[in-house]
Order: sequence, then structure tokens, then C-alpha cells
Amino acid sequence: MNVNQQTPMASPYGPPQPGYGQPSYAPLGGGYPGPYGPYNGPAAAYQPGAPPQGYSPYASFPSKAVAANPVSDLSSPLDLGPARGPLTSAPRPVSTPQAYSQYPQGDSQNGPPPMDHSMAQPAHRSPVSQPYSHGAMNLSGPHPSYSQQYGAPPPMQQVTNQMSGMQIGSGPPTSVGPGYAHHPSSQPPISAAYSSAAPPSYTQAPPPLSAAPSQPPPPSEPAASQPYYGGPPPPQQQPFPSAHHPSQPFVSSSPYLGPPSQPQAPPVSQQQSFPPGPPAQQPFPNSAPPPVSQASYSGPPPLTQHSFPPSSQSGPFPPISISPSQYPGPQPQSQPGPPPFHSGPSPRGPIPPPSMSQQQANHLPPGPMQQQQPPQPGMQGGYPTQQNGAFGQPRGPQPGYAGPHYPGQQNYGAGPAPAPAPPAQKRLDPDSIPSPQASELPAVQKSRHRIDPDAIPSPIQVIEDDRVNKSSEPFTTGVKGQAPPLVTTNFQVKDQGNASPRFIRCTAYNMPCTADMAKQSQVPLAAVIKPLAMLPPDETPPYIVDHGDGGPIRCNRCKAYMCPYMQFIEGGRRFQCGFCSCVTEVPPHYFQHLDHTGKRVDCYDRPELSQGSYEFVATVDYCKNNKLPQPPSFIFFIDVSYNAVKSGMVNIVCQELKTLLDYLPRENPEADSVVRVGFVTYNKVLHFYNVKSSLAQPQMMVVSDVSDMFLPLLDGFLVGVNDSRMVIESLLDQIPEMFADTRETETVFGPVIQAGLEALKAADCAGKLFVFHSTLPIAEAPGKLKNREDKKLVGTDKEKSLFQPQSGFYSNLSKECVAQGCCVDLFLFPNQYVDVATLGVVPVSTGGSVYKYTYFQAETDRERFLNDLRRDVQKPMGFDAVMRVRTSTGIRATDFFGSFFMSNTTDVELAGLDCDKTVTVEFRHDDKLSEDTGALMQCAVLYTSCSGQRRLRVHNMAVNCCSQLADLYRNCETDTIINFFSKYAYRSILNTPTKTVRDTMVNQCAQILACYRKNCASPSSAGQLILPECMKLLPVYLNCVLKSDVLQPGADISLDDRAYLRQLLSCMDVSESHIFFYPRLLPLVKLDGGSLPMAVRNSEERLSKGGVYLLETGLHLFLWVGANAQQELLSNIFGTPTFSQIDPNMTSLPELDNPFSQRLREIIDSFRSQRSRYMKLMVVKQEDKAELIFKHFLCEDKSTSGGASYVDFLCHMHKEIRQLLS
Amino acid sequence: MATYQEFIQQNEDRDGVRFSWNLWPSSRLEATRLVVPVSCLFTPLKERPDLPPVQYEPVLCSRANCKAVLNPLCQVDYRAKIWACNFCFQRNPFPPSYAGISDVNQPAELMPQFSTIEYIVQRGPPNPLIFLYVVDTCLEEEDLQALKESLQMSLSLLPPNALVGLITFGRMVQVHELSCEGIAKSYVFRGTKELSSKQIQEMLGLTNPSASGPQGRPAAPQDPAVTCRFLQPVHKVDMNLTDLLGELQRDPWPVPQGKRPLRSTGIALSIAVGLLEGTFPNTGARVMMFMGGPPTQGPGMVVGDELKTPIRSWHDITKDNARHLKKATKYYDALANRAAVNGHSIDIYACALDQTGLLEMKCLSNLTGGHIAMGDSFNTSLFKQTFQRVFSKDHNGEFRMAFGGTLEVSTSRELKVSGAIGPCVSLNAKGPCISENEVGVGGTTQWKICSLSPSTTLVLYFEVVNQHNAPIPQGGRGAVQFVTQYQHSNTQRRIRVTTVARNWADAQSQIQHIESSFDQEASAVIMARLGVFRAESEEGPDVLRWLDRQLIRLFMFHLRRSPFLQVFNNSPDECSYYRHHFVCQNLTQSLIMIQPILYSYSFHGPPEPVLLDSGSILPDRILLMDTFFQLVIYHGETIAQWRKAGYQEQPEYENFKHLLVAPVDDAQEILQTRFPMPRYIDTEHGGSQARFLLSKVNPSQTHNNLYSWGQETGAPILTDDVSLQVFMDHLKKLAVSSAT
Repeated sequence: MNVNQQTPMASPYGPPQPGYGQPSYAPLGGGYPGPYGPYNGPAAAYQPGAPPQGYSPYASFPSKAVAANPVSDLSSPLDLGPARGPLTSAPRPVSTPQAYSQYPQGDSQNGPPPMDHSMAQPAHRSPVSQPYSHGAMNLSGPHPSYSQQYGAPPPMQQVTNQMSGMQIGSGPPTSVGPGYAHHPSSQPPISAAYSSAAPPSYTQAPPPLSAAPSQPPPPSEPAASQPYYGGPPPPQQQPFPSAHHPSQPFVSSSPYLGPPSQPQAPPVSQQQSFPPGPPAQQPFPNSAPPPVSQASYSGPPPLTQHSFPPSSQSGPFPPISISPSQYPGPQPQSQPGPPPFHSGPSPRGPIPPPSMSQQQANHLPPGPMQQQQPPQPGMQGGYPTQQNGAFGQPRGPQPGYAGPHYPGQQNYGAGPAPAPAPPAQKRLDPDSIPSPQASELPAVQKSRHRIDPDAIPSPIQVIEDDRVNKSSEPFTTGVKGQAPPLVTTNFQVKDQGNASPRFIRCTAYNMPCTADMAKQSQVPLAAVIKPLAMLPPDETPPYIVDHGDGGPIRCNRCKAYMCPYMQFIEGGRRFQCGFCSCVTEVPPHYFQHLDHTGKRVDCYDRPELSQGSYEFVATVDYCKNNKLPQPPSFIFFIDVSYNAVKSGMVNIVCQELKTLLDYLPRENPEADSVVRVGFVTYNKVLHFYNVKSSLAQPQMMVVSDVSDMFLPLLDGFLVGVNDSRMVIESLLDQIPEMFADTRETETVFGPVIQAGLEALKAADCAGKLFVFHSTLPIAEAPGKLKNREDKKLVGTDKEKSLFQPQSGFYSNLSKECVAQGCCVDLFLFPNQYVDVATLGVVPVSTGGSVYKYTYFQAETDRERFLNDLRRDVQKPMGFDAVMRVRTSTGIRATDFFGSFFMSNTTDVELAGLDCDKTVTVEFRHDDKLSEDTGALMQCAVLYTSCSGQRRLRVHNMAVNCCSQLADLYRNCETDTIINFFSKYAYRSILNTPTKTVRDTMVNQCAQILACYRKNCASPSSAGQLILPECMKLLPVYLNCVLKSDVLQPGADISLDDRAYLRQLLSCMDVSESHIFFYPRLLPLVKLDGGSLPMAVRNSEERLSKGGVYLLETGLHLFLWVGANAQQELLSNIFGTPTFSQIDPNMTSLPELDNPFSQRLREIIDSFRSQRSRYMKLMVVKQEDKAELIFKHFLCEDKSTSGGASYVDFLCHMHKEIRQLLS
Repeated sequence: MATYQEFIQQNEDRDGVRFSWNLWPSSRLEATRLVVPVSCLFTPLKERPDLPPVQYEPVLCSRANCKAVLNPLCQVDYRAKIWACNFCFQRNPFPPSYAGISDVNQPAELMPQFSTIEYIVQRGPPNPLIFLYVVDTCLEEEDLQALKESLQMSLSLLPPNALVGLITFGRMVQVHELSCEGIAKSYVFRGTKELSSKQIQEMLGLTNPSASGPQGRPAAPQDPAVTCRFLQPVHKVDMNLTDLLGELQRDPWPVPQGKRPLRSTGIALSIAVGLLEGTFPNTGARVMMFMGGPPTQGPGMVVGDELKTPIRSWHDITKDNARHLKKATKYYDALANRAAVNGHSIDIYACALDQTGLLEMKCLSNLTGGHIAMGDSFNTSLFKQTFQRVFSKDHNGEFRMAFGGTLEVSTSRELKVSGAIGPCVSLNAKGPCISENEVGVGGTTQWKICSLSPSTTLVLYFEVVNQHNAPIPQGGRGAVQFVTQYQHSNTQRRIRVTTVARNWADAQSQIQHIESSFDQEASAVIMARLGVFRAESEEGPDVLRWLDRQLIRLFMFHLRRSPFLQVFNNSPDECSYYRHHFVCQNLTQSLIMIQPILYSYSFHGPPEPVLLDSGSILPDRILLMDTFFQLVIYHGETIAQWRKAGYQEQPEYENFKHLLVAPVDDAQEILQTRFPMPRYIDTEHGGSQARFLLSKVNPSQTHNNLYSWGQETGAPILTDDVSLQVFMDHLKKLAVSSAT
């Protein structure tokens, strides 16, 4: 996609991006709907043969629904909307119908694969044939939208121009559409590959595919001739769309040439596709242009414009940009138009398949139907089927999408189309080949232009696409194997038997059937489970089920709880366990008759039979010591040593607690919380307080014997807030006074936790300790620590020791805590090294959290701390929890990550489990899985609610099993994979040198991608980087993980910070880890309206001196102010028009009475409310010292600590992959 | 010369000294044959309202190992202004201030009537009195309430500048900080962990870390802010402490069924001792411990918390079944010694129906001069008044208590000190007059008496070392000087010097004189103390045998039956209690303890003392028995019936009413002076409490004396004990047989 010329591109792209973004939205919108449809469609299509009936219904419905939504989305999101809207809508209808038919097929994925293959290939080819009209249409349909969005297409063009050297095919594609663009791009690459490398290497599969498809395109391409790309691109693009996968293949370096072409192609294709999209398409094209016009979006316009210009400039581009319009024209005019496209597409098709599959799937829906059809045709043409086969899967999706197209495809299938396509690719290839093969480096060097950053997969684009395509339609969990929308997308969930993605996200929704496959692909199989996640207000929390005195009904053998996957037999008298197949009698009181389908008549009345998540009321058998639990208690431990008092922490905590105590968690908002509270202050001795309600004044009890901690009082330590309010308030008033003049600087820590533990033991309840601590505990006491900060060890093999606790004391202590259900939350206020690695052991093992406020200052950090504290105190949580993950035969939960303790290999014990805590579970095969039954997992969490009730929360998750690698790659989720990888890596540094960890990660990712390339992607030049659609962001995210402070620390990062982040990550959910590794950078331009401006990529290049940007990292918020920011902007935000008058120390924005300021503050508030930790706002002025910190989060750039830039890393990754392949 | 009786009385009144022999046999051999050693009862602080203290320093003998104080027995050369020490014969010049001395201008200490004289000396800053309350909170609500009230009341009795502190204990031990306003602070200690004195002080924040430099302690001035946190002047914390006491809760830890509450008495005491040790070493202080049950955990535990395991009895002890006895005793011994070394005394107020472990803890008081009071409940007048009596004042309005006393004894050459028995510990001061034969606490010339009251009495045992072949010239006198330094309750430092002398007599030629100089009462007490001392340290039966052997000639019938030697019918705690008081009371009280006094009231005449004999129990008499620990009024059968009939209410029987009132009035009189408060029992013929009387009287009539059984001459006692008559018969027989 991206040609070498990054820089050159950059500028143009810069603008383009915005443009792309916008355009993309529109397209995406259209595209997505389509995609869904397509998926279904494909399935249907495939299935049609076999399962049509059943599936079809499903498929059809969904598809319809999807389609509908998409339309709306498109319209709304896109400014283009209007134009597109109509178009899309139009297309959709078309598509939908097709889709439906297709869907059915699509549903049976298994079926699909083959279909896909065939489809894919056909598609490519088909494009040629059907193609042209249909194919083109189809492709165009979706693509158009993409193209617009992508703006990328332009880049493509540019690329092509620039590209001459490099093929960034993939890049552009990615940029283009996440789905579409990529496809195109990818296709291009492919095409390129074909031309150049492909032939050789691909020969096998590719040739056919590429040949067929590409060749066909060529014809058309020729037009584009300039760069074969140009010509081809468009066509390719079309194919790409289908081939979006191709997009994946980013042409990292020269080889990319291919890609570039692809990108171009994609755009083109998209555009083309739009055209094809028939009327609708046409509009799209138009719409595409509009985006440009829309430039109205200050940001976007330029971009688009740029992009366009480039495109226009470049032969290809013009075509592309033009193409849309032109194409549209053509397409609309007649299939002929499409043909060319098809040709393009077809070539791309092959490539695209992989990426396309996904994207297309999504995209297809919109224009999809049509487009897909075309592809399908191609697919059908399926000459290459076999070859495609490999790719097939990737294509599969496409196929699926194509499914609908099939009809058309068939036509296309004629194959002729394919043939043409190849040529185009070939042409492309030559270019690409030279560069890559010749030598990547030289290529890079040669090209005055490096790889175009815009041409490589853009997270922003992917996020936007997903948002546009998936946020409008509720996500229903009933369909197995379906990846949910990205975490960045707002969507609604309908529980239909599987747990909501808010509770469980999996790395892969199609699990490989065999361990060999899993090993070959190296894709981790893991689930990120957030058992007590908060649901948005419009989703129903899990229902509570009471099975009476006998307790929840369970399988006799494996003890799995009643769930929708239990099969009732013998008229309902018994049920067969879905996990272990054991047959269990149904207890009489639970008996119910079955209907004709074998379902219980009351199936929909019982959450445990119809829902993915629900809760059982646990009986006394599930309680510790067979005794119903007491309500939990909260105990506050406040450090009152000199530093703590001086920083103002003590004062703030005491003040805040007075009001905060009214907000203790409760289940019934009407009633008082039953949580009891206790207070302790400490320095090197502990002060307990008797706050019994009958006392006039609190009483302080000092325990100086810290070597052997005990609880000095029983009655009056833990009290109800309302009973003892007066005494408590008096106490909180007096604590700051009492210690105002303290000169004690030493503190203890171990005894503090011991004291809390003893208190809970004495009260015979579970609970949570809030420890506010300031210094390294050096006072003589158990758990005493010494300062071991030694920066010289960083980077050595001994570095790992810095992350290990100093002694085993705290590990043993946490064992005891867990046994008692004592959760510890630690708030640190250090001014120097406090050894977070050791102090954090107990919180991390007990399901607690560590908060760290380095150099805490009352004025500036107060708000952040208080908000964290408030949230921490109020958040719903369970106590004394045990979590167990049961799986169906064949896989097994083998490894767990998070804040908990395990005393055996299966039970995750959590002293406390709050709504933000996540447990990541890794699965491994211990047998073969069956495609028929899929794989089941059931996560059961037994806990004590904040009102003291014993509950069992159950989450069920069913995923598909696949025997084709392509299915695996098509249904995985990169964000979740990254979440898993990072947790794995962060844990590994405890035992392994950091460098080894990093290398291992790179290697594993390379293997994943190489495996895909080898087994799933259509053949292409070795120089081409081909990424699975679902994983096209894997490199950029992985790079972010590698560059993170933990794995590659900068000089200014303290050991404590690293240890803190390491522990923090261990219980992050996917959305948090996503923003943590890839922060969100928002340009603050027009803020009117309800939507957020589209984010830009995290690179300094994207920052405009004249702008103001908001960066959210999940932990911090930065407001970056360009040196030349418009005065009006500054006035609106800061109330001063002068750059120099902005106070860089402000932590909150002035409340100005203008819409911009209001909106900005709203945005900031909404960001904060989305995160479990309050983000302090830092104002960073360009060229200011603080800018260094800010730049640290621009993770696509080279980091000061030596982290590679995205582009460099991508090249590196590509090299790794090639090594693996060779 | 007056009779010996008068002489003895005079001497006692003036000097508080009573010797067993008032003529001393002049040779060692003869002295040994006398069975009862030359010894004396000495009451250091005998109340002498007629003795004004002098406001200067005593003049000491300049010989380093003598240091005797100038006294009336010294020879003085007025012209040379020189005096000769009558113990070491050192000739000493008078100090310059005595320049004006002459025959007619003598300082008080040279006047014969000032054989006892008291000096007020200026030594360092005045030390306030210190009272540290150690309170058990494992009490019944009612008991605790009563105790709290007593304690609050006591605050008003303390001198305003006295320092007061509070430690409470139950499962945990709490040291209450009294200085703070607002929040009441206390330091809490686990009740099971033994801590060194240093650790305790560190944990209480009493050590100044900066002071522990390499130079040691440069005059380490007490940081008042530090020490004062726990010990505050009464006038400053009066209100605070009253509130604090008022808010005292019962120990909140749940006591499961079938368990005793966990009481960390041992740790509480060690913390009290450690606290004072760290803050006020060598300053008089009183630790007052109130406990409602036995220590049940931690070091010093006396019994486990399982109720099914009863506290040790004599039977267990004999069978060596008392698991905790030795350990606990050792623990409290060590504590007692630490307290004693620092001059702090420990009182034990134990109120419970069952035993509380006094047996193990007795040393705390025995060695430090503390009080022991024993009762059934804190909510009884027995305790309340006893406690109040602790703070009684003399006619000068000063407390009848003194602290940090040391007693030094000097003797003339023919005499040496064998030891002392009383509420004291040895200071291990070596000197020329220490006998090799140790009796009681010996091997020293100085003893520490941490707490003194006017009735505190020690017995000092001497040995005549003059050899038979070195006769003492006629008219020779032996002298003994007692120098008692102490801290007066008004914080003054005082020294009381008593110098006494007795004539030597040749036992062979003057045996009659010696016999006539025998002080029977003093000897009885002296020997009894020796017996008790040995009973404490040796096996019971052995002591009885020793006593029988040793005292065959003495009248010891009642002593033999007393709880001091006989453990039958008394719990180990009671024995400890009785013995404790026996070894520190003065002669009169001691005699009462040995042989209770019985008065008989009747219409036949004024009250008269009667024989402590079952024969004295008659239907028409009212008996008043004083055993020191109990005060029993016993109404004879007829009297009881009359009283029941209510005759006393009828005007015509006013005389009967008077008869009834008379013993009560007498009892009141006794009650008001007695410390500790005796158990007051008002009973009648056939009453269950009559057993207190019946167990004491001589069982001259028992169910075995068939001839007297059922006669009207007295009340038969159901006992297997022999009567005095039988005892005497046996004695006579033994005396004869041993003679042969």
C-alpha cells in the first residue's frame, strides 16, 4: 500500500487521514452493515447447499437487521452520509436479500470455508467475470464506501506514484478501510506480488488466483496502467475489498510496491465497488468525493483532498479518486465498468480474501451483497479454489459475502475475469518485486520516500470502521464463533446464551480443533474474563436464580452448573452435560417437559437455560465453614508519618472519608449499606480506634508490638457508619490534628496488613483494607524492607530480581489474607523508592488494586486521588471469591493471569473481586475438539456480595472449533490477543531477562503471521507482507507492548513505576489494555455535535502546530497545545488567546461559557468516567519540557528508550516473517 | 526499776523494738541453748506523734564500713569536740556545725530520750508519690462498676501532686495515656507475649532514640513530656481519668461456654513494672493491682482457661499436679525482685469467689511491701473500705505510707545479724556485722523495704558471737542501731535512727535474770515468723515437725492450728494471704493472728475476755472473736432466740438491746483501725457462719468426749483435732521422754 515514500506521503496523508477518517466512516458504515450480511451471506451461500433452511433463517434475519442498521449508520456517521446513505441503503437492500441467501450459507462456517475458498478465488476471478458488473458492483459497493473513508485510496495513488519503489499495498488498504481499503490494498499487494514475486512464489496457488483475477484486472488496469497499480489498483481495489486481506499484507518495504498498488487498488476497488454498487454505488463514489468536499471537516477535508490530489496526481490515483466517480459512472453504467474493476478486484480478490474475508464480511453487507456476489462469482470461478483454498478461508469470508454474490460470481466465475486480473497483478509485481527482492533496504534508502505511514494499517481506521459498522446494531451472543465488536465501539449486547463480551472476550472465536493446529498457528487461546463487569444501564444485569435449598443444579461428574448447554433427554428427566457428557437426573422440583425440539418448555423463563450469564443464590454448602457469611467490612489504614502528613494526604483522606462513608456499596440503593468500617492510623506503630456508638469520643489504642501483630479491641472497632457517625466524624476531625506535628518518619507495612487480617478474623467476615501508605517500610517489623533500587541492574539478566518481592513474607501473608477473604487496596504516596514490587504483592494476590501518586501534592493531585478513592470505595464488588473455569472435553484452562491467588491448579481464589478486575485464562488442548460441538467454557464465581449474600455468578461461552487455520485467523480479536500477550510478557519478566521476553514475543507474533501467510494467504511475493484482516494491527500493538515502560524502560522511568505498571496490567480488561498500549489522540477541532472528532494516529507527524490535541492513555490525559494554535481556539479553551499565558500546571480547564469549552470538558469528563482510574489532566505546551512525557505516548514514533517506530517495526516483523517462511 | 513488763512496753513505745530477750547471754554457746534466738521485732515507722523530726543531716561515723550514726550511747568529748562510735570505736570529730556543742548544749541525737530520732534531709528534687492502677476488666458488670467507683473515689484521696497512671487488662493489656485531650489513647499489648523491660519502654515510646548514643546517657534527664504521658499529676488529669474510668468497658472478647475469661495479669504486671522501671527508678511508687480472677494466659498464668480444670489445690500441689505453679511463681518472683530493686511496691487486691493465684503472686507483695487484700467481690464493703483505708491519713494529715525505705543495721562487736523476716529484700550490703548463720533474709546489713506503713514490722535475728572464753565485763552492753531511710508520703526524704542497747548477762550465773527478761509475746511472734518463713520455703509437714521439735517448751498450740502453718481447710491462696499479713504486722496484731481474742458479753457483767475454748460458747452469751482476718459476733442460742423474738425492740428490754449493741460497737472500733479490713461476720448459734468461731476454739468438747457430749456447759465441736488438754498431755510426755 504505502510506498516507500512515507515522508512525502506523510504530509499529504496527514491531511488525508482526517479525510480518510471521515470518508471512511461513511464507507465503513456502509461497509459494515454489509459485512455482517456478507458473513451470514457467505455462510448461507455455502450452507445453502446443506443447512440452508435452518441457517438461512438465522442468517437472513441477522443480515437483514444488520443491513438495516448499516444503512442508518452510514447515513449518520458520514457526512457523506446522505449520498452514501441512499446508496448504501440501496445497496443494502440489494445486498441484504442476497445476504440472506448467502447468510444461510455463511452461518455454516464450516461449510463456508470451502465456499470461501472457492468463493475467494472465484471472487477474484469472478470479479473479472461477473465481476465486472456484479463483482464490480459488489466490490464497489462496499469499497466505495471505503474508498471514501479511506481517503486512503488516494494515498494509494500517491503511493503508487511514490511507490514506484515500494509497495505499500497493505498499508493503504489498511488505511483505507479497515476493511475495504485494506482489501484493496491487500489485493494490490497481492497483485503486486503476483506481478513480481507472486509469480514465482505464488505460482502455486497465487498464480492461479492472481492470475485469474489479476489478469482480468490487468485489462482494466491497463487503463490505470501507470502503475499497473493505478489501473490495476482500482480493479484490484475492488478485488481488494474482497481481498482486503491483501491489505493486511502491508508492503513493508519495497516489496510493498505490490501493496501500494493494492492500496490503490483497494481504494479504487472500493470506489469502483461503489460504482458497482449500482445506483447506490454511484452515490458512494459521489459520496467519496463528497468527503473531500466535506472537507468542511476542517481536518478531514484537507486529508481527503490531499489524498485525492495525490491520487489525482498519480496516474493511478486519479483513477482511483476519479475512479469512484468514474467508476461509479462506469459501473452504474454497466458492468463493463466493473469488469475492469473486477479485474482489479479479482487480483486483489485473492489477496483480499484473507483480510477481505473479515472486512468484506463486514463491508460486504452494505454494498456487499452485490459486491460479494461478484467476488463469489470469482470465487466460484474458483478455479483457484484449491489454491484459494488456502486463502480460501480468508476469502472464505469474502466468499461468504460473496455468497450472495455467487449468483453473480458464477457468472464471473466464468473465470475469464480472473484471468485478466492476474496480469494486472503481475504488472504490479514486477515493481514490487524489484524493490523487495532487490533489497528492502536499498529500496527504502533509495526511495527518497520511506514507507508511507498512512499506508500501513491504521488502528484509527480499524477502530472507526468497527464503530461505524457495529455500533448501531445490538450484538447478540447467540451465534457461536462470532467475534464481538471492538472494545472501542459502543454497542449494545443481547444475551442469547453466551456471555456478553463485557464479561468474556476471547482471543479466538474459532478454536483450532487440534493441538497441532494451535501450535502451528501460535495464536494464543485465551479468554479475558471480567466476571463482575458493570453493564451499561440499558443492559440487564445477570438475573438471580434460586434453585432452592438443594443449591444450584449441577452435573454430577464435572460439577458444571446448569446452563443453556445442558441437553435434556428422556422427556426432561435427565440432562446430559455439555462439558463432560455425563448424564444426570433432574431433581423432581426442577423437572419440566420438553417441547418438540427437545427444549424445555420453560427454557425462556429460566435464565440459566437461556442466558449466557446469570447468578445462583448459593446455599450454606457453598459457604466457608458451612456458615452463612457475615456482611463484609472495610478498614481504613492511614499512614500518619511525617511525609504523609506533610503532603496533605492525611488531611484529605480524613476529610473525604467523612462523606465517602455514606456511599459504601450496597445492593439495595434504598437501604443503608451493611458494610461495617474500622479505622487505623500508623507510622511505626499502629493506632486502632474504638468508635463504638456509645462513646462520646473515639478511643485510640496503640499497638507498638508490631513484631507480633494482634487486634487490640473487638467491640467498637468495626461499626456501622450510621450508628457511630458522630464518633467517626469526631475521629476523622481529630486525626489530622493529632499528628500534625509528628516527627516520626519510619513506617511499617507488614503489620498493617496483619492487623487488618486479624480484625477480619476476629469479626469472622471478609472485607477490604484501604491502606494509604507513603514510604518504604524500614521500621523494625515483619516485612521490613530495604532500599534495593539499583538502576545498574536494568537491562541485565538480574533485572528480573527487581520485580520479585524482596522476601517471602508478603507472599505468605497474602495466603492468609486470601484464606480470610481479606482484600487489600494500596494507595501509595511515595516521594522516593517504596518498592512497589514487594508492597504490591498482597494487593495483587488478594484481588486488590495499587494506586500510586508519586510526589503527591494536595493541590494538584487531590482530585485524582479522591476520585480514585471514591470509585474504589463505592464500586460493586464481591468478597471471598473462588472462580473456576470449566471447559468441555478437549481443552483445559491451564494458566491464569490477574490479581488473585491459586493454591491449586484450578481454583482462582480472590479475596476480593471488583467490577474492574479481569482474569485472563489461557487454554490448551488436551484432546481433539470437534467441529460439530464446538468448545464450551463455563466460568463460575462463588462470592459474597456486599450485602453478605453468598452468590454464584456463572458465565457461559461457546465458541466454534475449526479444522481450517483460516477460520481461526478470521475470528480472532487482536485487542484480546495483545491483552493476553502483554500479561504473559509482563509476568515473564519475573523469571526471564527482559530482552528474552521481548524476543519471544516478536518471534511468536512472527510465527502467527507467518503461519497465516503460509497457510491462509493467497500466494504472493515473498516481499509482500500479508496480514490477516483480524490481526493487521497486531504489529503496531505489539510494538507498543514492546516499547512499554515495563519492557523497555526509558532512563527516567523508576523501578517503582515499572513494577506498578506491571501489576496494573495484570488485571486490565481488553479496553483498558487497548488504550494503555495505544492511547487515543483526539484533535480538538469542531466539537459541536454529539460525536467525538476522529482520533488521529499516535505520531508526532500527525500533530499540527496550529492545533490542540487531547491524548488519553487510560492513566493520563494530556492536552497538547500547538505553538501556533489559533487564538480563538485558545480563548475558547483557556480563556486566554496567548500561547505563552497558558499555565502548564493547571489540572483542570477553566469553566468558560462557550460551547467549545463546555463540550471539551464534557469529553474529558466522559473519558474519565469510562476508566476505572481517574485521569489527571496535564496541559502540555509544544516545545515545553513536559512535551517529552507527552511524546512518550506517541507510540507510533521512535521512543527515546530505543523503541522502534511503527514503520520500522513493521519492517522488522516482515523480515522475521520472511525468515520463518524461507 | 520497773518490771520487765513496763520496760518492754516503754521500749516498744519509744523505739518500736521488742527483743525476745532483754538480757543477752554473753556467750555464743549459751545463746544457742536458749532455743529462742536473740532477736527483735522492729517497727521502723512506729508512729511517734511526740517525736518532731530534726531538719539536718545525721552525723556519721567516718569509718567506711561502719557509717553508724551519732547516738546517745556514744561517748563524747565535748572539749575536743570528738565523739567515739560505739560500734567500731572510731573516734570522730564533730562537723563544724557542731562547734557550739557542750555538756549543756547537746544536739537532740545525744539525748537519751532520743534513742529514736528522725532527720529530714535534702536529697535531690522531691519525688511525687506515684500510683499506678492495674485493673482487671474481666469482671462481672456489677463488680466492674463497683471497682470503677472505688477507683474514681480514690482519685480524690490522692495528694494533688501525686502521679497517677492506669493500666487495664483482660485478654490484652492497655496502658492508658493520660495527657491527651480529645481522643483517649492507650497502648495495647498482647497478653501472651513476654517482653523485656527495654522492649516495653520502646513500645511505649519512652526511650529517646537519640539519647542512646555511644556516650551512653549524659545525665539523661527525664523528658517530662515523655514520661508524663502515662503518669500524670492527679490535679491535671482528675477529670480525664474519672471519665476514662467511667468509660472502662468489660473485656469485650467473647468468653465461650465452659471457659474462663483470658486474663493477662502477668503481662500487665510486667508492663507496670517495666513502665516504672523506665521512668521512675529508685523512686517510691505503688502499683495497685485489682484482679477478679486468676491469670489465665501468658507468662504467669496460674490456670488454663478451661473451666473443667479447677485451679490448683493443696492436694494438687502435694501431688505435684499444679502445672503452672512453678513457672508462674518463678515469673512473679522475678518481677517482684525487679520492682523491689527499683523501690516500687505492688499491691494486690483480689476479689473473687474462687482462688485468684495469690499463692503464685504473693512474692509481689511480700518482697515489695505491698498490700494484699482478698475478698469475694469488689462490690463489698470489705474491699471498698480496705481500699479506702490504704489512703488513710495520720493526725498530721499525711498518708500512713512511706516508700523506698532501706533499713540498715549496725551491731556492736559481740553481736551479728543473721537476717530479717518481713516485707523486705536484701540489698546485699556487706559489712562486719553479718553473721554466717543465715536466718530469714540474711547475708546483708541492709534491706530494702519498698513500702512502709506505721505498723510494718520486721523481725531481725541476731547471733551472739562472743566466745565463752572471752567474758564481757559486768555491766557491758550490746548495742544495735537501726537506720531507716525512706521517702515520706509528703515527698520528703527522711532518716530515722533507732539505737538500742541491752545488758549482757552470764547465762550460768544469771540465768534467772535472763529468764525473767524473756518476752513471751515477742518470742512467740518471732518464732512464728520463722515458722512461716520456713513454711513458705519448705514442705509443710517438715515445718511442723521442726516447730514441734524446736518449740517444745513454748506455748504454740494455736499457732500450730493457725492457717499460717496448717494448710488444712484453707486454700493455697488463703494461706498466702494470711502469711503475708503475718509477716508484716506488728506484735499485737500478730498475736491476735496466732491466738484469736474472744470476748464474752453477758448480763452478768462487763465484757470479759474468755478462753478460746468451746467451753466458752454458752447460750446466754454473745461472743466477739477477733482473728485479725475475721471479726465474728456470735449470739448464743438463747440470745439468738430472744433476738429473733424481737425483745430488743421492746422498751422494757432496753438492756437487752444494749447487750446486743455492745459487741457491735466494739467490732466497729476494731474495724476502723484494722487494715486490711477484716471479714465481719454476725452470726448465731447454729448459723452457717458460726463455723468461723467453731474452727478456732479449742475443741475441749467434741463428739469424742462422751462424758461432756450434750451437756449444757458449752458447744461441742465436731473435729478430730486434739484439744489443748490433750496437746499439753502429749507435750508433757514428750518433754519427759526427751529429757531422758
